[in-house]
Amino acid sequence: MFGYYLDLALRSLKRNKVLTALMVLAIGLGIGASMTMITVLHVMTADPLPDKSVRLFYPQIDPQDMEGYTPGREPMDQFSWIDAMNLLHARKGSHQVATTGGRVTVRPPQGKSRAFFADARYTSSDFFSMFDVPFLYGSGWTADDDDRQARVAVISRTLADKLYGADHAVGQALRLGKDVFRVIGVVDHWDPVPHFYDLTQGSYHKTEDVFLPLETAIALGQGTSGNMNCWGHGGFPDPRNMKNANCVWMQFWVQLDTPTQVQAYREFLVHYSEQQKTLGRFQRPPNTRLHDLMGWLDYNHVVPGSVQLQALLALGFMLVCLVNTVALLLVKFLRRSSELGVRRAMGASKQSIFAQLLTEASLIGIAGGIAGLLLAFGGLWIVRHQPVEYAPYAHLDMAMLGATLVLALCATVLAAMFPAWRACRVQPARVLKIQ
Amino acid sequence: MHPIVSALKHHKTVVILVVLEIALTCAIVSNGIFIIGNHLATMRMQTGVADNELIWAESSGIGDASASASQASRAAADLAALRGMPGVKSAVITNSLPLSSTGSWGTCIARKAGGADADSVCTVIMYAGTTGVVNTLGIRLSQGRDFLSQEYQDYDPFQGSRAPPPSVIITRSLAEKMWPGEDPLGKPIFLGDRNSGVTHVVGVTDHLLNPSINKQSGADLNMLLPVTLTTGNMYVLRTQPGVRDATLRNLPKVLDRVDDQRIITENHSYSDTVSDYFHDDRALIWLLLVVIGCLLALTALGVIGLSSFWVQQRMHQIGIRRAIGATRRDILRYFQTENFLIVSAGIALGLGLAVALNLMLMKQYELPRLPLAYLPAAAIVLWLLGQLAVLGPALRAAAVPPVVATRSV
Repeated sequence: MFGYYLDLALRSLKRNKVLTALMVLAIGLGIGASMTMITVLHVMTADPLPDKSVRLFYPQIDPQDMEGYTPGREPMDQFSWIDAMNLLHARKGSHQVATTGGRVTVRPPQGKSRAFFADARYTSSDFFSMFDVPFLYGSGWTADDDDRQARVAVISRTLADKLYGADHAVGQALRLGKDVFRVIGVVDHWDPVPHFYDLTQGSYHKTEDVFLPLETAIALGQGTSGNMNCWGHGGFPDPRNMKNANCVWMQFWVQLDTPTQVQAYREFLVHYSEQQKTLGRFQRPPNTRLHDLMGWLDYNHVVPGSVQLQALLALGFMLVCLVNTVALLLVKFLRRSSELGVRRAMGASKQSIFAQLLTEASLIGIAGGIAGLLLAFGGLWIVRHQPVEYAPYAHLDMAMLGATLVLALCATVLAAMFPAWRACRVQPARVLKIQ
Repeated sequence: MHPIVSALKHHKTVVILVVLEIALTCAIVSNGIFIIGNHLATMRMQTGVADNELIWAESSGIGDASASASQASRAAADLAALRGMPGVKSAVITNSLPLSSTGSWGTCIARKAGGADADSVCTVIMYAGTTGVVNTLGIRLSQGRDFLSQEYQDYDPFQGSRAPPPSVIITRSLAEKMWPGEDPLGKPIFLGDRNSGVTHVVGVTDHLLNPSINKQSGADLNMLLPVTLTTGNMYVLRTQPGVRDATLRNLPKVLDRVDDQRIITENHSYSDTVSDYFHDDRALIWLLLVVIGCLLALTALGVIGLSSFWVQQRMHQIGIRRAIGATRRDILRYFQTENFLIVSAGIALGLGLAVALNLMLMKQYELPRLPLAYLPAAAIVLWLLGQLAVLGPALRAAAVPPVVATRSV
């Protein structure tokens, strides 16, 4: 039966090529525009660590003085050195990491080429195990290296290739400004999207090329980068004395494996704030938060408003395309009232007419989906050539590819429901009489 | 009119669908055009400097934590080398440039010493430049004078206790915000820790954009201070017309000759910087234009498809009307009026939708309110589009000969 419907559908579609092309084009445009934007959104809201994100948490505390205090306001979203170190050494989670961004001057060995800047991450030792950082060679450092301020470094595969060739980078000396570090590990390609562990660098920042132990980097005065928020009347802090400044500039992550641990950590944060208030360091009443990884991304609105606006626009466009398709299908089906009347008179049931018309609509949907897919490829190609941070990640994966075709098919069949229902209500006697 | 309306009543569903499509198109198109207009207005703002003659560069050689005396001598050597380049009219160091998105310093300034909150204006952007900054950048003063050579002083706004230079040039917007309706020349501005430092307004410029345009600081709420050295360390060169690109290419070599241990981090022609700044706006405008174009085309094609169907369906009736005396023009009119009625209904619904959509966008994306003037504009576009789309099918209808009435299909 399906073969027969298919044959009828093809005949009918061929009969009015312009109208068919118009409908395919309408569906294609709508699907193409929507899928381009949905793919961009899909990439931008992706889970950077799908296996682990539910166990990673970002705490917040409120260390400011009473100036400008409004109860109920969100606490600051970074940490001062003292608080980050206190939380780190409290060791209340399975793992915890204090980290900050930096920029280092890399001096290539034997003056091979000119010095250049590289983005760096200064971090405590748990960073690599907590975030599942893949190592090509060597490994990260230990908590002991942190405490001893060991001069060791982990570098990216790209930088290792550039400086020494990745396979013999481990053990080499790395000159950063006036200091020398020993390379102990090379990180394989690792580019979590979004750049979740430090959103102040830009939500879609590239992964850093150089990783240094936090204590070492700060003690040596390697330059930090990222956002810094200060309070009180100290003026702008002296970059050489960041440890005591009333400023937040560090990120802190903690791994909590069970709900009990999460609850305990929430209590710990309140307890910590109270204790610091008793000591006179904090002035405000405890104001703490504990977001899991995806909650933290959401809280920080990592998806720019312009992208949301474009997605909204694409969906509006899709809606118009669908209304257009419903109207055109209705016209097309009603035009064939007499043909359908004859089929009904010769014994076809309403259901079989309905099925026949939906088959025809599905063909249009599939053709529209393919057209939409081509347009989405084009659209994403354009997005990739925009100078925006998320540009390199705008690719259609297999899941999205399948979703496009399914969406096109469903949308068209849904759009065809009403016209098909109207068309199969036709009364054979009346149509035949007019003829 | 009456027969048209009663004829349409027989096709309620199709009519409702077309009305809905036109309404959605109307809502999206009017908001789209409005957003385009907004972005175009921003892009057309004058930067206030000589866009096509400026080059800027940044190098890591100056501005790091080394002693300020050696910094000053290094900066002086760099500037001398840059000024010696052929075709370079002048060179200065500034902390930032309009629309450069870097080196932006915001601060609060006050009308009175130790002023209360009511006496101060916040998120004012601070520009600082070395000797000759006004002429090099090409800032046009609408009132007052340029800085005198002795007014350039060693000043670092990040050390709040230092006294600021004695004079300052401000924008008209800042003057109006500080002293509405008054003559700003000679007025004192207090800044620094607890507003302890004082400087006086010597000049006013009508145009000087901020390093970036945003909600907090607006477009041009800023002031320019004369300094001998700044921590922003941006070299700005003004070149003679025609030699700009050559100067841009040679600049790294010239700076290297002074000190080859440095890293040149930025080196751009200023017009490229401005163009980069507006990249997102341009991309959004193109996107909206394409979407609006597609929407209008789609709506037009929908109307054509529908009208053709109706013409075909009513062939017989048209023949009868022609046979009993209707002219070709009457038939043409009929379809045109019918289209006008449908499109008008769509527009009526669409205007409501447009306002609703705008309210939603205002809430979510801080867009301004849609001016009512955009609504008739969108309506006219859709009316014209509808008439254009119906013309083909209507002409075909008008060409139906009366004899069709006598034929049975």
